[in-house]
Amino acid sequence: MQFILTDEQTQFRDAVQRFLRDKSPTTEVRRLMETEEGFDRQVWEQMCGDLGLAGIHIPEAYGGLGFGMVELGIVMEEMGQALYCSPYFASAVLAANVILLGADERHRELLLPGIAAGTRIATLAVTEPDGRWDEGGITLTARPAADGFTLDGTKKFVLDGCIANTVIVAARLAAGGIALLLVDGDAEGLTRRSLNTLDDTRKLAELNFSGVQATLLGPPTEASAALARGGDLSTIALANEMVGGAQALLDSAVDYAQMRMQFGRLIGSFQSIKHKCAEMLLDVELAKSAAYYAAEAAAEDDPELPALASLSKALASEVYMATAAECIQIHGGIGFTWDQDTHLWFKRAKSSEVFLGDANFHRERYIQCLEATA
Amino acid sequence: MSDEQQVRAQVRAWLEANWDKNATLVGWRNQLADSGWGVPHWPEQWYGRGLPVALNTAIEEEFAAVGAVGVAKVGIRMLAAATLLEHGSDDHKKRFLRRILTGEDNWCQLFSEPGSGSDLAGATTRADFDGERWVVNGQKVWTTSAHHAEWGLVLARTDWDLPKHQGLSFFVIDMHQAGIEVQPLRQMNGHASFNQVFFTDATIAPENLLGKPGDGWKIAMTTLAHERRGADALRRWGRDSGLAGPIYDEERAEIATVIEPYKWYPQRAGRVDLAMPRASDTGRIQDPALRQDLARLLMLSQAAEWTAQRARAAQEQGKPQGPEGSLGKLASSRVARAASLVHTGISGADSMLSGADSPLDGVIAEILVSVPATSIAGGTDEIQRNIISERVLGMEREPRMDGGPFRDVPKNAGRSR
Ligand SMILES: Cc1cc2nc3c(=O)[nH]c(=O)nc-3n(C[C@H](O)[C@H](O)[C@H](O)COP(=O)(O)OP(=O)(O)OC[C@H]3O[C@@H](n4cnc5c(N)ncnc54)[C@H](O)[C@@H]3O)c2cc1C
Repeated sequence: MQFILTDEQTQFRDAVQRFLRDKSPTTEVRRLMETEEGFDRQVWEQMCGDLGLAGIHIPEAYGGLGFGMVELGIVMEEMGQALYCSPYFASAVLAANVILLGADERHRELLLPGIAAGTRIATLAVTEPDGRWDEGGITLTARPAADGFTLDGTKKFVLDGCIANTVIVAARLAAGGIALLLVDGDAEGLTRRSLNTLDDTRKLAELNFSGVQATLLGPPTEASAALARGGDLSTIALANEMVGGAQALLDSAVDYAQMRMQFGRLIGSFQSIKHKCAEMLLDVELAKSAAYYAAEAAAEDDPELPALASLSKALASEVYMATAAECIQIHGGIGFTWDQDTHLWFKRAKSSEVFLGDANFHRERYIQCLEATA
Repeated sequence: MSDEQQVRAQVRAWLEANWDKNATLVGWRNQLADSGWGVPHWPEQWYGRGLPVALNTAIEEEFAAVGAVGVAKVGIRMLAAATLLEHGSDDHKKRFLRRILTGEDNWCQLFSEPGSGSDLAGATTRADFDGERWVVNGQKVWTTSAHHAEWGLVLARTDWDLPKHQGLSFFVIDMHQAGIEVQPLRQMNGHASFNQVFFTDATIAPENLLGKPGDGWKIAMTTLAHERRGADALRRWGRDSGLAGPIYDEERAEIATVIEPYKWYPQRAGRVDLAMPRASDTGRIQDPALRQDLARLLMLSQAAEWTAQRARAAQEQGKPQGPEGSLGKLASSRVARAASLVHTGISGADSMLSGADSPLDGVIAEILVSVPATSIAGGTDEIQRNIISERVLGMEREPRMDGGPFRDVPKNAGRSR
């Protein structure tokens, strides 16, 4: 493992950072989180068109840039730091990963170029009202019909589910096993409800399927593996996004401590504050190491991917949330106000903490992985 | 071929031509010193090959593969070597480095005193020049290895009128002399690896001053930086090779005498390696709460290792050696405590026992009563947090009450018990 970015990767990071600093200041985050769509189409088009970020890890054959998980990790980290609001994670990460792994050639050709170009916004619908992140929680049924399948059931916590024009649905087959199916966002029989979210920078939806027409994305025999591996890759991407957010909170806490005076001295000269910041830095560094390691391992097809995904996510979940809580604490009363920006990251930390599985879930899964290899 | 493969091939060829398990331990280590393969990351002119530290692991693996013994490189001797490499004159390096590597000389670090531990710059052990040599009076404490050291690194005050950080000097002192009395101190885990050391008109030859008078603090910082960085290397202390042959017997004898007082060192780091096997063997792995603690520990320990690798990778890219060792040291305290918790959870009521009645013939008990050293030795966690917040995060320094001539700075009254 290298832990070193090449010059090209460093330049790439700088370019992404400049773009997001320019396009996603917190004034924009605040404006967009109040909207129903939750993102700015013009910025999205620039991001997908000029920078090609939505296709960063999609092979060139499907209209992407053909880079790997390390570059995707860089994008995620910068987006997490800037709290960039868009359907990027839903479309370019969750959906694209599963399509790359589980779709047949025809569907890859049909879907991926649009996702890479940003003209098609896709999402992945797996979780149901019971909130389970694994395959075992899937009860929505797919029954064979005249041309394809008919879906009945409910999906919940679907990221950007109301704006997606393509929904990849994980469903249970009557014959047993699961399948991945393709549904149009405005398909007949599909009702979409925007959920009230604690974190308004990330839109969630409930999707009700009642006799909805769907086509198979790929062979059902591969659905389970694609879902699992795609889930691991997306979990690692999320962990990278989270450490970017945690870094933003740490920076903000230290900056404030170096500015705020009490008792005739900067609060940053009080040991209880300094020591908190030192612990926060250690936390963030540990979580970054795990997220970077996992991204590199994913790029190299490491067989321990599931364990590494769980490790990186469990650490990121704990660290992001702890850093958010301490950042508010260091800001004092102003940290609890709506006008101060910390709560934006605090809420993202909370939603990310549980999204794709919380720390307890991933610790348990990690031990299971170790037991399986022992 | 990558650098690593190339170096591996070189070591392998060299070992094939030279490794001789019938050599004497010192003879073999002299050969290693001459070849540069004993400490490949040292400069070429001083027993090394100027290779990146990152390649050490690969090189050690090649040694292990053929059962070749390495140079003596655990413990305070390596802090002494690092300090001498950076601040010693050519004469110092010529006189001391080789015998450090062969294991013929042991070293100790005479920094902490009864009145000044975290606040090392408050040292009151004095060295006065009498026209011919330095004369030392005072007391040091918690001095690891002093009871069998040939040489000591000593921080002493040579000027009482300067502010405290400026009046210190750094010496190499001959431990075999009448003016030095060493008394072992028994630790809470029953072992005695540290000592108190009394100086009564002990002497130091003028050529054993490192740098100039007044350079003491700067040089001591080098030693300490290396100590912190080495915090995660503790796990490999004094493991028996388990191989048969005269050179291994000699090495075993060395471990038995020199390393004996430190055989608890791996335990103080928490023995994370034992956690998963013990949890499985005892069946406690079925307990959901324990599984959570176990995962927490293993993840933390893994991430700490990666963080150390990242710091090394950054260094190799030319970033200066900074205070990042403090982050690693703080991480190892966390790991050690988390390990202690997990071992207690696994052992249950057996955690109340020690010695032969404790699991693994006392190893578990030894973990539980040795872990507290990790967050104290080599600079406490609180001091590491000060360093990280001030030097990494750039936060305000605390207001200080110890400026002006050292003579007038408030000090601990008398000697502590
Ligand atoms: C196993 C072991 C081996 C050792 N080996 C050696 C050796 O070989 N050579 C050697 O010279 N020393 C050695 N030491 C000594 C060690 O470096 C000191 O014990 C340590 O630096 C703490 O100093 P102290 O014991 O005087 O505690 P103190 O400095 O008195 O600290 C007491 C408490 O006050 C806290 N404190 C002190 N200053 C501050 C501050 N500015 N801010 C916040 N909190 C503060 C400390 O963190 C600690 O909790 C060893 C210690 C141990 C446990």
